[in-house]
Amino acid sequence: MDQIITAIGAIVLVPLVLLGYILLGERVIERLPERIQEWFRPYFWALPAIGFATIFMVYPLLRTVVISFRNNADTTWVGFDNYVYFFTFPSTLTSLRNSLLWLVFYTFFAVGLGLIIAIMVDRVRYESLAKIAIFLPVPISAVAASIIWKFMFDYQAPGTTQTGTLNALLGVVGHEPVAWLVNSTTNNAALIFVGIWSATGFAMVIISASLKAISSEVLEAARIDGANEFRIVQLIVTPLLWPTITVIGTTMIINALKTFDIVYVLTAGAYDTDVIATQMFSQLAHAHFSRAAAVGVVLFAAIVPLLVVNIRRFQQQEEQR
Amino acid sequence: MSGVADQVTTRREAARANSVSAVADRWSNALQRVPLHIVIIIFCAVWIIPTIGMVVNSFRSVSEMGQAGWWTTLFPPHGFTLASYQQVLNTENVGTSIVNSVLITIPATVIQLAIATMGAYAFAWMKFPGKNIFFIVIVGLMVVPIQMTLIPVLQFFKATGLSGTITAVWLAHSGYGLPFEVFLLRNYLGGLPREVFESAEVDGAGHAVRFLRIAVPMTIPAIASLTIFVFLGVWNDLLVALTFLGTSPNRPFTVVITQLVTSFGGGWQFLTAAAVLQMALPLAVFIALQRYFVRGVTAGSVKG
Repeated sequence: MDQIITAIGAIVLVPLVLLGYILLGERVIERLPERIQEWFRPYFWALPAIGFATIFMVYPLLRTVVISFRNNADTTWVGFDNYVYFFTFPSTLTSLRNSLLWLVFYTFFAVGLGLIIAIMVDRVRYESLAKIAIFLPVPISAVAASIIWKFMFDYQAPGTTQTGTLNALLGVVGHEPVAWLVNSTTNNAALIFVGIWSATGFAMVIISASLKAISSEVLEAARIDGANEFRIVQLIVTPLLWPTITVIGTTMIINALKTFDIVYVLTAGAYDTDVIATQMFSQLAHAHFSRAAAVGVVLFAAIVPLLVVNIRRFQQQEEQR
Repeated sequence: MSGVADQVTTRREAARANSVSAVADRWSNALQRVPLHIVIIIFCAVWIIPTIGMVVNSFRSVSEMGQAGWWTTLFPPHGFTLASYQQVLNTENVGTSIVNSVLITIPATVIQLAIATMGAYAFAWMKFPGKNIFFIVIVGLMVVPIQMTLIPVLQFFKATGLSGTITAVWLAHSGYGLPFEVFLLRNYLGGLPREVFESAEVDGAGHAVRFLRIAVPMTIPAIASLTIFVFLGVWNDLLVALTFLGTSPNRPFTVVITQLVTSFGGGWQFLTAAAVLQMALPLAVFIALQRYFVRGVTAGSVKG
């Protein structure tokens, strides 16, 4: 009950407090000398946002770097010990390898399938219906998606009735059932596929939007000239979509590196399926704070190049404004 | 150049000559497109059947789920039952956790969007030293993995006595969501016509009036799309809630489902009902507000 009151209070109070902040603040600022007004006002308006970003992102980020060079009790500096641990311990190395697998396959297939499906459904009359089907997994949480796929991957001993959809299908073609999530040759692929299944709709919708922007005259002209559909896609559509593809590609790479939910719910990192993010979480859960921090820094370091790319792209867009 | 042009015309003629009659052409065209339809239908099936299978299973008894696949229920006798839903709702913590999810999601969304709109206004319509650098930092923060902040933020909540409270996750979600929201709203606000703001200024309207009477109403479409995006992000979140509320009685639905999945060795099948309940809201929002929803998601294409 208390919780409900707090929540309603927050919903009503936060906008009211901000409104009061703006109205009262502006009343005070308007009385100040012109020059001080001009200097002070923008900081006054941006302060709540900058404050939040500083407390929850900028300071923690710097602090995590510091923690990663300290011992767990935060009493002395230990140099690169936590990183040495990360790069020499077999189970953390496995998580590094798996994150690389995620990065390559998740990104490639989510973007690639998104592109192929967007191009294909563009040519049929039931386009919007097909798009809804592909997009459907996007609003579904990773937690629910994991339970959905637990049934797809379900495994019973050979000889008994297979209740998992995939193993039942394998049975139809006369193949032995596969323990998808336990078998270390299939489990990473299975998990990555769940990620692809969740993300393809997102890539497809964005690619489809920029596909619609390509003038149909260009494509018509190519068709009249006798170019077949594959050549058109290869030589005209894909190059024109390239900027969009790179934007989604970077987003997907970042998502791949940050992958946590699917792995945590489906296998909890068991059977060599750990990724960097689940590795970090288990270090944290075991109160190995400085090791967890080092894992976090490694993850961040992998993302820094993309961060630079994003900032560059932003600066180019600004110049065009 | 002329060689290319010649080639083009001969190709055109060849194309025309090939079409013996319009009817035959249409038929061969339709035939050629059969593989296209088949591939599309296969993709749609792969993308939709897993969800259907789980929803069907949620209406079966746990013992049946263990004996036969979900597709067997499509033929009579169906044997549908609400037992899994009853079991889920009677499981300890589930009822409270659904309430908690609502209590976490709505305020977290309101708080971050209110602060972000205000900050975005400053970045869009005010000049100040360091503005560009601040904004570049914000663009950079959009892709910083949350993992990078968890430990110090945990310590911060411990020091302020907020650990395990719902307020802590409101604040954390707001902090993590802000960079992206400020970025997006600033771009939208900055695209509004300058004249509107200038004429209001000439009429003596201060920044408070310009913000509340002009900027906010004109930004409603962007705020609406963002609200859906943020709301679902928080509703579906696992990592933030697991880290800050992992064992607290305030933990949301996603965390409780996850803990039940990992703690039930066998018999986890009744959690299908939990998953259906958890995804009902996002799917309802998606179906009801498709256009806003897709706009919100595509606007997020730059977000990592």
